[in-house]
Amino acid sequence: MQVYLTLLRRELGSFLVSWIGYVTIAGAAFLTGLSFVVLLVKLRLETTAMPVTEMFYATPFFWLILLLGTPLITMRLFAQEKFSGTFETLMTTAVGDWQVVLGKFSAALLAYMLMWLPLLGCIVVVRRYVNDPAAVDPRTVAVMFVGILLLGSMFVAIGCFGSALTRNQIVAAMVSFAIGTGLFVLSFLGDRMGLQTGWTAQVFTYLALVDQMQDFAKGIIDTRPVVLCTTATVFFLFLTVRVIESRRWR
Amino acid sequence: MDAGPIIEVTNLTKHYAGRPAVCDVSFTVHRGDIVGLLGPNGAGKSTTMRIVACYIPASSGTVRVAGFDVFSQPDEVRRRIGYMPEHNPLYQEMRVWEYLRFRARLKGLSRKRARERLDIVTEQFGLKGVRRKLIGHLSKGYRQRVGLADALLHEPELLILDEPTLGLDPHQVRSVRQLIKDLAASRTVLISTHILPEAELTCNRVLIMHQGRLLAEGQPEQLRQQLSAGSQVVAEIAAPADVLRGYLEAMPEIESFDIVHADGLFNRCLITPKPGVDLRPVIFHLAKERGWTLRELSRSRFSLEDIYVRVTETQTDEEG
Repeated sequence: MQVYLTLLRRELGSFLVSWIGYVTIAGAAFLTGLSFVVLLVKLRLETTAMPVTEMFYATPFFWLILLLGTPLITMRLFAQEKFSGTFETLMTTAVGDWQVVLGKFSAALLAYMLMWLPLLGCIVVVRRYVNDPAAVDPRTVAVMFVGILLLGSMFVAIGCFGSALTRNQIVAAMVSFAIGTGLFVLSFLGDRMGLQTGWTAQVFTYLALVDQMQDFAKGIIDTRPVVLCTTATVFFLFLTVRVIESRRWR
Repeated sequence: MDAGPIIEVTNLTKHYAGRPAVCDVSFTVHRGDIVGLLGPNGAGKSTTMRIVACYIPASSGTVRVAGFDVFSQPDEVRRRIGYMPEHNPLYQEMRVWEYLRFRARLKGLSRKRARERLDIVTEQFGLKGVRRKLIGHLSKGYRQRVGLADALLHEPELLILDEPTLGLDPHQVRSVRQLIKDLAASRTVLISTHILPEAELTCNRVLIMHQGRLLAEGQPEQLRQQLSAGSQVVAEIAAPADVLRGYLEAMPEIESFDIVHADGLFNRCLITPKPGVDLRPVIFHLAKERGWTLRELSRSRFSLEDIYVRVTETQTDEEG
C-alpha cells in the first residue's frame, strides 16, 4: 500500500508540474466552456425536457475531451520513464509490477477527473441561475460523473497500455488514441452496417459507448456499461502488466 | 553478518535476439570487496549488472545475491542491493529532497526512518546545500551524488554502480571516487568501468570482460605478476656491445634481448627474461663483478591497461 500511494503521489505531482498537464486541463476547460455556451444558446431558444447534464452530453465536445484528453494524460506514464531510463531504477526497487501499474493508473485517473472539474463548475452556475431546481438534479449530476469516471477508467487503462508499449510518448499517444477512437466508432458501426436484429446487432448495442454514456447523462445507471467499462479497464491493465513483465521473457 | 559470498554467478549466459551478450560467466564476490568489472563498451558489463540487480533475467545459469536467487526471490535480492544504472537516470522535475524521500518511501522505509536516512545521506554526500534544488538544474557531479545517495538510502549490503564516473570532469571524478572508497569501508561494491586507471585506483579485485566472456580475474597486483613473466628489464651499462652480447647470450634465464647504443660508453639493453624470473639482481651482479658502471636498471611495470590489452589480445589471437 505504501508503495502504491508513494507512486500515485509522485505521478500526480509530476503531472501537475508538467506543462502538458496544464495544457490538457486548460484545453478541456476551454472545450467545456464552449459546450456551456452552446448549451446556453439552446436554452434561450427553446424550452426542453432534457436534464442539463444530457444537454451537455449532446454537444460534440464531450467525446472530443475524452478522446483527446486521455492520451495526453497517459502518454508519459511509462514511455517517459523508459526513455529517460528511470524505469530501470524503479523496477530494480522492491516494487511489484501490479503496484507500479495501479499507482500510475490511479494517478492518471485522478488527473483525468481533475480535467472534468470545469464541467462541475458550469453545472453549478446553471443551477444558480435557473429557477427550476429540477433542471439540475444532484443525483443526475452524480450519475453523469460516475459515467465519466467509468468511461475514463477504460480510456486511461488503454492509455497505460499504449504508453507501456513504447519509449516514445508520441507513439504512445497515437496508439491509445487509435484504440480509443476505434472503440468510439464501434458505436456507429452497428447502424452503418444495417444490423437491426440478431446477436451481432446485440453485441454492437452493448459496445455502443455513445448510447451507454447517454444513459448516464440522463441519470440512469445501467449495469451493462458498468460491467463493460470495468472489465475493459481490468483487461487493459492486465495487458499493461504483461507488457511490463515482457522484459523478463526476452 | 553472514560470512558466505555476497554474489555467486554460475555459468551466466544472456542472449539478446539470438546473439550472446554474456557467455558462460562465473565469478564470486566476497563481502567487503570493491570489485571492478572492466571491459570495453559492449563487453557485457551492463548486462551482467542488470541481471544481478534483477532487472532482466538470464538466458541460463544462476545468480545468487546474499544466498537469494535473483530469479525466484527478486524482492529479497532487491532489498539488499543499491543499484545505480548507467547514466544515472533521475526525475528531472523533482527537487533533491523530494526525490530522495520518494525513493525512501518506495523502498519501504517508514516516514520517521526515511527522514533520518535522508538527513544522513544528504550530509554524507554533501547535498545539504542543494536539497531544495530541482534535479534538472544540478551539475552532473551533484546528480551523481543524488544517485549514490539514493542507492544507499535503505542501507543495502551490496552496491552495484554501473559506470559511476561516466561523463564527469576530473574534479568530480576524484570526489565521486573518494565517496565510493568511503562507502566500501562498510559494504561490498561492484562497479563497472571502461576507464582502467579508475579501477586500479578504486578496486581491490578486478574482473576483465571482453565480448561477453570473463577473461581474467584477480587482484590488480596478482594479474600484474602473472603477466610480468613477459615484462622487460631495461639496463644501461657502460660496456662494449659485443662483450655484453656474449654475456647475455650465455645466460640461461634470458629469453631474448636487444642492445642499442645509448650515448658515450653506455649501451641500452632491453631484455625479456624467461617466465617467473626476476633478472635485475643477475644484471646487477654481472655489472658489479665486471666493474661496469650501471646507470639504469628497471623492470617495466604493467599497468592495468597493459594487462587488459594483453588479455584481450590473447583472446583475439586464439580466435584468429
